[in-house]
Amino acid sequence: MLKIENLHASVEDKSILKGINLEVKPGEVHAIMGPNGSGKSTLSSVIAGKEEYEVSEGSIIFDGEDIEELAAEERAHKGIFLSFQYPVEIPGVSVTNFIKTAINETRKAKGLEDMPAKDMLKLIREKSDLLEIDRKFLSRSLNEGFSGGEKKRNEIFQMAMLEPKLAILDETDSGLDIDALRIVANGVNKLKSKDNAVIVITHYQRLLDYIVPDFVHVLHNGKIVKSGTKELAHELEEKGYDWIKQEMA
Amino acid sequence: MSKYTEDDLREELKTKEYEYGFYTDIESETFPNGLNEDIVRAISKKKEEPEWMTEWRLEAFRVWESMTEPEWANVNYEKPDFQAISYYSAPNSKPKYDSLDEVDPELLATFDKLGISLDEQKKLAGVAMDVVVDSVSVATTFKETLAEQGIIFMSISEAIKKHPDLVKKYIGTVVPQKDNFYAALNSAVFSDGSFCYIPKGVRCPMELSTYFRINQAGTGQFERTLVIADQGSYVSYLEGCTAPSRDENQLHAAVVELIALDDAEIKYSTVQNWFPGNAEGKGGVYNFVTKRGLCETNAKISWTQVETGSAVTWKYPSCVLKGDNSVGEFYSIAVTNNYQQADTGTKMIHLGKNTKSTIISKGISAGKSQNSYRGLVQIHSRAENARNFSQCDSLLMGNECGAHTFPYIEAKNKTAQIEHEATTSKIGEDQIFYCNQRGIDTEKAIALIVNGFSKEVLNKLPMEFAVEAQKLLEISLEGSVG
Repeated sequence: MLKIENLHASVEDKSILKGINLEVKPGEVHAIMGPNGSGKSTLSSVIAGKEEYEVSEGSIIFDGEDIEELAAEERAHKGIFLSFQYPVEIPGVSVTNFIKTAINETRKAKGLEDMPAKDMLKLIREKSDLLEIDRKFLSRSLNEGFSGGEKKRNEIFQMAMLEPKLAILDETDSGLDIDALRIVANGVNKLKSKDNAVIVITHYQRLLDYIVPDFVHVLHNGKIVKSGTKELAHELEEKGYDWIKQEMA
Repeated sequence: MSKYTEDDLREELKTKEYEYGFYTDIESETFPNGLNEDIVRAISKKKEEPEWMTEWRLEAFRVWESMTEPEWANVNYEKPDFQAISYYSAPNSKPKYDSLDEVDPELLATFDKLGISLDEQKKLAGVAMDVVVDSVSVATTFKETLAEQGIIFMSISEAIKKHPDLVKKYIGTVVPQKDNFYAALNSAVFSDGSFCYIPKGVRCPMELSTYFRINQAGTGQFERTLVIADQGSYVSYLEGCTAPSRDENQLHAAVVELIALDDAEIKYSTVQNWFPGNAEGKGGVYNFVTKRGLCETNAKISWTQVETGSAVTWKYPSCVLKGDNSVGEFYSIAVTNNYQQADTGTKMIHLGKNTKSTIISKGISAGKSQNSYRGLVQIHSRAENARNFSQCDSLLMGNECGAHTFPYIEAKNKTAQIEHEATTSKIGEDQIFYCNQRGIDTEKAIALIVNGFSKEVLNKLPMEFAVEAQKLLEISLEGSVG
């Protein structure tokens, strides 16, 4: 589904990713861990197509197509979803209005008509129940005055509505208390299928107790320096990242 | 990456034509340029006005001659040469129309282009319309239906002839001839406009609407609107404006007076889309407008405006809260792009006891434009328990535009409660990327963000107008991402 080869990327001439190789197949969950500044968030932004990042070398193949030239919204239309570490506020735009726009724009890109209001409401009801979201929440302005937990739950709600092929969860656990973490993780697990894939980007092992990865990769200084199974995450939790750094040195 | 860049957007904006910028070739009668007492007399004569009206105009002209153009607004422009403008242009030599069948077919075609087919308007329940092209009112629809309830809705020229007592009693009572430079000019030379009177206790059953269009080159448009809501009545009034694209600036100096007698309510909504000038700042309409309403006891006046056009805007729809318990409201969205400049806001003058006012102003600036809010809240000494709430929000797009807020507060009564809130925000790349990531392209993302920002004001517009206003916002800001 996703194949990244020798990816180099920079922002404002500062080289951040220095040769990433990663392959994600349908049905898999990959965790990417690493210390602060290792390039985790850059990797997610580059896959999603954020403009400021310049890809200087390598390729990103999604569903057999090089997506390098595609704008962020076109990648979204193809089924790439990024759950943001810091979701932005859009005052005056309700959660419902926002997700309705997102769904209909995606449908438009595929040559489909707008989703009928009745179906939209049904889908919203279904997905908000799944994620234990109070429907009053949906008429609030997007992320405005949301608690950390509400923001992240809203991200996963959007993911549930858009049903992406590939979901990248960027530090979804940060700012969550244990109850919120459980709800968010349960939501992700319920949405998992043999046809879609998840990349979990996290600093801590904690989230991986709930969303169990098939593979764990350690990112350090712009490169994946170690890959393994979920045991690797436990090892990191115990020994910290210094151990990797020393091994690298 | 082959991205849709800011430059692409800018390019698209440049080539995007002002949608209403066509000129219609209609036979018209235009006065020679320049202004003097003879011209004022000639306008009055042309309109077959009574003596008192001619004198009233001359009085205004004499005051105007001694006045100078105000310079305190936060706008920069080359002052119009008032002797280089023609003060009267009528779209046909025919003095008036008795029915639509007599209207020049070219003119009707113009209305079709503007999407306001009068035929359709006639059929559509809900909106009665008066259309003013250049300086003359060319058609008023629904007149008979309204007359059944005693509502008078006609051009002001006609009202001067048919209802001189009403006009004489109220004209200039809210905006006196000598009020300001442009108001004095308007009082001297106004050529038409709309007049509306709602009798006691009548709730006007439909939206009343006036549509203004400047067509001829080198003419000024000076319309005068007078709305009187008698005791306990209600009316909702809509006003729309467009002009053709021209290289030279066109002058528009209107006066609107609203009178809400005891327990009456007037809701006045404007969607202003005068030609804003091109991407280099050439051409466009100078919009110098005086709008003011007077509230008697328990009366309410509500101004809602969506201002997207004009090269320079100078406009402060105001409320004089004379009667006890009267209420004034001002809801405004002002959008400026490219080289547009807007200095707009309101004045809430609290004279009566327990008077209340609300001001919600949303300024959106893009390109190299300058957008200023200027507002005065004045509480007089006998205005016990007056209350005001003001909120001024500015949204910036890009790094070359400006947003300014000039709130003035004068309170002479200790019981006054005045609140003022102001925010400034910028459409961030992060917001755009967030929308992009959800499959929403940049243009649509901006429309979404701007509509969200303007929501409180858009919600105040009558349904018929809200959709149009929303579209206008999108058109005005296309290609202005920063």
